[in-house]
Amino acid sequence: MLNKRTLVLAVFVFVCGWILGSNKQPVRIITSSAGGASYDGGYRTTAGDKVAAVTKRLSTGIIHIINPGDSIQSVVEMSQPGDTIQVLPGIYSETVYIDKDDIHLMGVIDQGRRATLDGRGILNDAILYSGNNIIIENFHIKDYKGNGIMGQAGNNFEIRNNLIVDTGIYGIFPQLGINGLVEHNVVSGIADAAIYIGMSDNVHVAFNEVFDSVAGIEIENSRHAIVENNNAHNNTGGILAFVTPGLPIKSTEDVIIRNNFVSNNNTPNFGAPGSMVAGIPSGTGVLIMAADDVIIEGNIISNNQTSGIIISDHSYASNVTIDPHSEPNSDRTMILDNVMLNNGYDTIPEVMALALAELHTGPVDIVHAGPSEGSCINNRHRYQAVGIGNYENCDFTNTDNIRSYLLADGAEPRVISADDRGEIAYLGVCSGCHSFTGRLIGPPVPVIQAMYANNPEGLAKYINAPVKKRSNYPPMSAMSYLDAETQLAVAKYMLALRE
Amino acid sequence: MKSLYHFYGSLQGKGLGGMKAGLPPHRDGFSPEQIDLGRLLFFDPVLSGDNNLSCANCHNPSLGFSDGMGRSVGSGGRINKRSAPTLWNTAFLDTFFWDSRSPSLEDQALESLFAGDEMASTPVKLIDDLAGVDNYKALFKEAFPDHVRSESSAITVANVVSALAAFQTSLISLNSAYDRYALGDPSALTKNQVIGLNVFRSFVARCSQCHTPPLFTNQQLAVIGTPEPEGLPRDVGAAKTFSSNKLRGAFKIPTLRNIANTSPYMHSGRFSSLREAAEFYTKGRGHAVPENEKLNLHWHISEPNLSHDELDRLVDFMEALNDEAFMPVIPERVPSGLLTGLQPDILATSSGD
Repeated sequence: MLNKRTLVLAVFVFVCGWILGSNKQPVRIITSSAGGASYDGGYRTTAGDKVAAVTKRLSTGIIHIINPGDSIQSVVEMSQPGDTIQVLPGIYSETVYIDKDDIHLMGVIDQGRRATLDGRGILNDAILYSGNNIIIENFHIKDYKGNGIMGQAGNNFEIRNNLIVDTGIYGIFPQLGINGLVEHNVVSGIADAAIYIGMSDNVHVAFNEVFDSVAGIEIENSRHAIVENNNAHNNTGGILAFVTPGLPIKSTEDVIIRNNFVSNNNTPNFGAPGSMVAGIPSGTGVLIMAADDVIIEGNIISNNQTSGIIISDHSYASNVTIDPHSEPNSDRTMILDNVMLNNGYDTIPEVMALALAELHTGPVDIVHAGPSEGSCINNRHRYQAVGIGNYENCDFTNTDNIRSYLLADGAEPRVISADDRGEIAYLGVCSGCHSFTGRLIGPPVPVIQAMYANNPEGLAKYINAPVKKRSNYPPMSAMSYLDAETQLAVAKYMLALRE
Repeated sequence: MKSLYHFYGSLQGKGLGGMKAGLPPHRDGFSPEQIDLGRLLFFDPVLSGDNNLSCANCHNPSLGFSDGMGRSVGSGGRINKRSAPTLWNTAFLDTFFWDSRSPSLEDQALESLFAGDEMASTPVKLIDDLAGVDNYKALFKEAFPDHVRSESSAITVANVVSALAAFQTSLISLNSAYDRYALGDPSALTKNQVIGLNVFRSFVARCSQCHTPPLFTNQQLAVIGTPEPEGLPRDVGAAKTFSSNKLRGAFKIPTLRNIANTSPYMHSGRFSSLREAAEFYTKGRGHAVPENEKLNLHWHISEPNLSHDELDRLVDFMEALNDEAFMPVIPERVPSGLLTGLQPDILATSSGD
């Protein structure tokens, strides 16, 4: 018994001595970030120097001007893709929803006076969009209960130069979108994330100021995102990249967080109970949780009391569910040079316990909790770091050859040939009322073929604006929502159809 | 299966989105003969142990392929734990049963055919009963022509569940008023339905975060903490499937398509109307969870404080998700000659002339 205890003690002393020794005489590998290799992973794009998500219009549509007292929504409803809506300074109290493509909605700033969307604490969301190629800029948005600006599956979006104050759960929240730019926004007073990129791909978040919120900028269940040149201060947590388990998109991958100011994120957590961010310790600079291939580079991270950078797996988030399809670890975290000042000076028990296990005392700039594969860090001797014993030195020093992950030509629309278009529209729309053989709600296809033989244009015209022809049939509803190409394609398809 | 949603893609091909987002992958490629055989089997009580129950007893087409009951009644009057889910758009689903325990339509059918509290047959009895019906010999041979050695050899358990799966993949509902709005026709929804849509997708109510279009489910699990029917113990749900207490009370998020037809609502039918079901979400996070019960409630269960008007508008919107254009024809007679107990659909049977 005594022997066994002595043995354990001896092993303990040996391990401590080994760690102390390695701490006392670290081999300092000093890597200059002024030169060296650039990151050669990440999303391959041909976007080049251009940081834009909405392709420049070749021709302009109508410019609608909205004055205070007018309804923005009523103009959105009568506008066509390609139009621009300019909103003059003044107060507008409404929810604007854009369920069409290619609308530019912009406030006009006149000597500092903005178009203000005011939810008066009773409206849900300020702006919702589901269309592609949407630009929203120059608004002042305040006092909504849900979101300031929310996108649902809109691709190619630009959200720019908005001042957003206390709009509920999120300030700016594009979700399920591909290819978007969020820049030059000032967002504060948000109960979850000021800027929340949720389940989206190819996103660029730059030059924003986010403060007095629970989370500053969140990249969640998203891929190919760059977060750069932002100022995230006085939040509970500054910049976050993580996976929320239980969502249909299962991973966060390929994120670059670079050249941001991340400071004083010591605001007490006021997130809603049960929300993912409610578990963020106050005083968190950058948080990586279950996200893979994240690069942290060139940030100035200062005065965050819990830690400058926290990297962890899901086991440290007690409030999340389990999801067998979500991999819980943060793998391939890559920490390049960052300026770290006065972080982790008043940290949480969990971090203290990890530090203690490594006999680390004093402040903590960086803490990694949980398993990780393939992670690396340059110039580790500069930081007060815990839990990075298995980090290699990175074999690159910068991400200079990656300008953005935006797509040069925007998210590709699905290319459907005219023939396929005709078939899809026939089976998806027409066949509900017309069949080849018998009477359904409308006349049978051969009857239509006889009337419009060799005249698909005539049939397309009728589809667009039908008139009642038969007393014993109900009137057909207009198919004007199908675009002209689809109308003609389906007319040709229907006329060529054989049993 | 074709729909205008095929004009669009979606993030990572997952079939989730706002308006113009594509559909997720779906089961397809069954022959018309397989689908039609599946239809006849679906309505035929010969599939059950006592030849009294057909699939359609609990998945009744005129009740949204559900049964109007909180908890379904199986063989011998045995009351099930949970309600019968709708079969519309099951072609798109990855998992089956409320607790996600089954990975395919076929696997689901195997369980329901042979479970004592569902149809209570056995593989041997099922094949014997079917092989005793002359019509089925021919129908199985036509549907599964690879089995050429003898007429009866095509009648296998695998082919039975395959035909049932084939039939279910034909139950597509993607042409509701909502779909016409989403695909470009702004007049397809009433003013009140549009208001309801905006409540539905707002981040106050957050409905669309889980009931995500175009299917109106994101196919994930959620613990929402609805009360069980009076006197019944807590249903642990997916905690059993995944052996994790974090999923205690978790259920698969159901589609809302044709939801107006499938009252009562929730896994054991605690709420009798859509209005009540919607109201549950605004009564406060965990308001119906007993004090001694520990549930890891979903993060979207919050305190939205919806007004009475907003709840009414949500119901208006959910009613815009109805589309039963592909309602199958209920056979007047099934091959076994047994009575289906269901009224043949008069409209549907007259359309072929």
